[in-house]
Amino acid sequence: MIEVKNLEKKYFINTPNELRALDNINLKIEDGEFVALVGASGSGKSTFMNIVGALDRPTSGEYLIDGVPVHSMTQNELSDIRGKKIGFIFQSFNLMGRSNALKNVELPMLYAGITAKERTKRAKELLELVEMGDRVHHLPNELSGGQKQRVAIARSLVNDPSIILADEPTGALDSKTGDIVMNIFKKVHKEKKKTILIITHSIEVAQMTQRIITIRDGRILSDVPNTPIS
Amino acid sequence: MFFKENMVLALESLRSNKMRAFLTMLGIIIGIASVIAIISVGDSLSSSITTEMQSIGTNNIRIMVREKDNKFGNPRNRMNNPGSMLSSGASAEDKDLITIEMLEAFQERFKDQVAAISLNESRGTGQVKDERLYANVTVSGVNPGYISVNNVELINGRFINDRDTAGRKSVAVVSDKLVKNIFGSSINPIGQEIKLYETSGIKTYIVVGVYKYTDSDSFFGASSTSEKDAQTSIYIPITLAKQDTTIKNYSSAIIMSKTNVDTDKFTKDIEEYFSKYYETNPKWEVSVINMASQIETASSMLSSVSLAITIIAAISLLVGGIGVMNIMLVSVTERTREIGTRKALGAKNFHIRMQFITEAMIIALVGGLIGLVLGLLLGTLGSNLLGAAPSFSLPTIVLTVAFSMAIGVFFGYYPASKAAQLDPIDALRYE
Ligand SMILES: Nc1ncnc2c1ncn2[C@@H]1O[C@H](COP(=O)(O)OP(=O)(O)O)[C@@H](O)[C@H]1O
Ligand SMILES: [Mg+2]
Repeated sequence: MIEVKNLEKKYFINTPNELRALDNINLKIEDGEFVALVGASGSGKSTFMNIVGALDRPTSGEYLIDGVPVHSMTQNELSDIRGKKIGFIFQSFNLMGRSNALKNVELPMLYAGITAKERTKRAKELLELVEMGDRVHHLPNELSGGQKQRVAIARSLVNDPSIILADEPTGALDSKTGDIVMNIFKKVHKEKKKTILIITHSIEVAQMTQRIITIRDGRILSDVPNTPIS
Repeated sequence: MFFKENMVLALESLRSNKMRAFLTMLGIIIGIASVIAIISVGDSLSSSITTEMQSIGTNNIRIMVREKDNKFGNPRNRMNNPGSMLSSGASAEDKDLITIEMLEAFQERFKDQVAAISLNESRGTGQVKDERLYANVTVSGVNPGYISVNNVELINGRFINDRDTAGRKSVAVVSDKLVKNIFGSSINPIGQEIKLYETSGIKTYIVVGVYKYTDSDSFFGASSTSEKDAQTSIYIPITLAKQDTTIKNYSSAIIMSKTNVDTDKFTKDIEEYFSKYYETNPKWEVSVINMASQIETASSMLSSVSLAITIIAAISLLVGGIGVMNIMLVSVTERTREIGTRKALGAKNFHIRMQFITEAMIIALVGGLIGLVLGLLLGTLGSNLLGAAPSFSLPTIVLTVAFSMAIGVFFGYYPASKAAQLDPIDALRYE
């Protein structure tokens, strides 16, 4: 369970142009929820997700995963959280260009200290799950955008994290390949029971989730349940 | 385990930037190559010098006649060609040279210091032939003192003695190699006749002694001839060798001092003693050279040359190291987003630092290995040019390889730390 209390993030603190990117955010996300985060560009969605993803620290307020405070952790502890509790998916895929799909998927397991044999086994399983079992030895530049994003989804899952965070995962894809990627998310949600938080600009994408949170100017504007259309 | 992954990553990154990596390595390649080359040439030269020193003997003093205004002649040439050291223009006549009487008087005067005096008249090359059997030789007329001064090791019979020189007897001392070629192993060569063919004619000699051939005397001219054809010295009485030459006196001699004598002081005494014969000579004088000090000069010259090249090598290694640092800083900047992604995937600062240190180390190591190969080639070439056997020591090789790795680690540490300390968000947002 993710819990956020009175969360604030400010930039340019104590200068005339101080900026409140996040302003008093209070939020709970239960295990296994499939959530969309929407809002205009610059409204603070990424800032929020980066804090939830343990990449960034809030200026003030609390952030807890399963009751454990993350906001006060050291750099090393944050690395551990990122490696084991959280799976990241980026708009621009962020695959390692010189490594093939398999090696890319194995990477988080390397940092988590998993043996080579186990790494290969799990990476192959997950590439099968995202329907990339036949592209295991391809380099990123030999894959289409949708295929790259599927490899990235497999990579986010390898350490069996409880939370998957995706910042505009279909933002760089056309709507057809975007749908294929979203179907993978739905499959992951259904089969793996992960908590998934997706930032999106697309109403169709948001409609596929169970809950839609709208942010404006760093505040929660609305937080409504949604019945996913299948 | 993680080290292996980092190696693979580093090699992949090297391969994707071959030209850049090579240019970066250049400083290290040049540095390591010159270090290896200097060490191997230096080692082989100094071991040759040591051998030379032992074969000449440290208490030998050479005295020779030279032209008065030619003080700065090349000592190396004089050392190698004592017969031809007289200067270019004029040639000395018998009255300008050292006589047997002078040497005898000198030996009488300094009998407590002089162990032996060696005289040598080179007659060039020739061949000893017996029907189809032959042996190549260089013919040297020598006096009895020659054997002790030049460390000739007699293994059979006797050396040239006073009666041989006084009576101009046709006797010869030959090498065991010549004996093997001419007589084989079953015949005792002592007392046997040999025929010596020279350009001046054919003469018969009686073998009175056999010495053990060592190839150290062909030091500065690397011999390319086969074992069987190699030239060995044949020694005949010096008076016989000079019999049909116009010059009867000596342009040089080697004086061996007794072991307890201070050679430096004795050198001065000799100079003083012989100078009095030349005070009134308008053109000629004697020069006295202490062999040990000559070799010392040569080896100190060698070591200062080595020092200079070592400094150059050190500078190029430093430049190479800075090059590695520079390229790693570029690489870190280029791969900022990659670093951010790695951190998002759970990499700790330590992982990132190790990755970049390994990469810097691999660049330096590959450079070091290329430099090593190049250095070994240059070292072999250099040693061959100088006529010495190349000498490589395994510890040196291991040390240079380790040193180039250390350069990588040292100069890679700062860029790697910079990478490790990047803020994950800043790194991910980097354009
Ligand atoms: N590192 C930063 N330094 C200064 N301002 C920032 C930084 N990151 C984000 N911001 C600002 O915070 C606000 C929210 O940004 P962001 O969370 O990226 O918006 P969104 O993802 O919703 O488009 C924006 O006004 C942005 O300019
Ligand atoms: Mg954003």
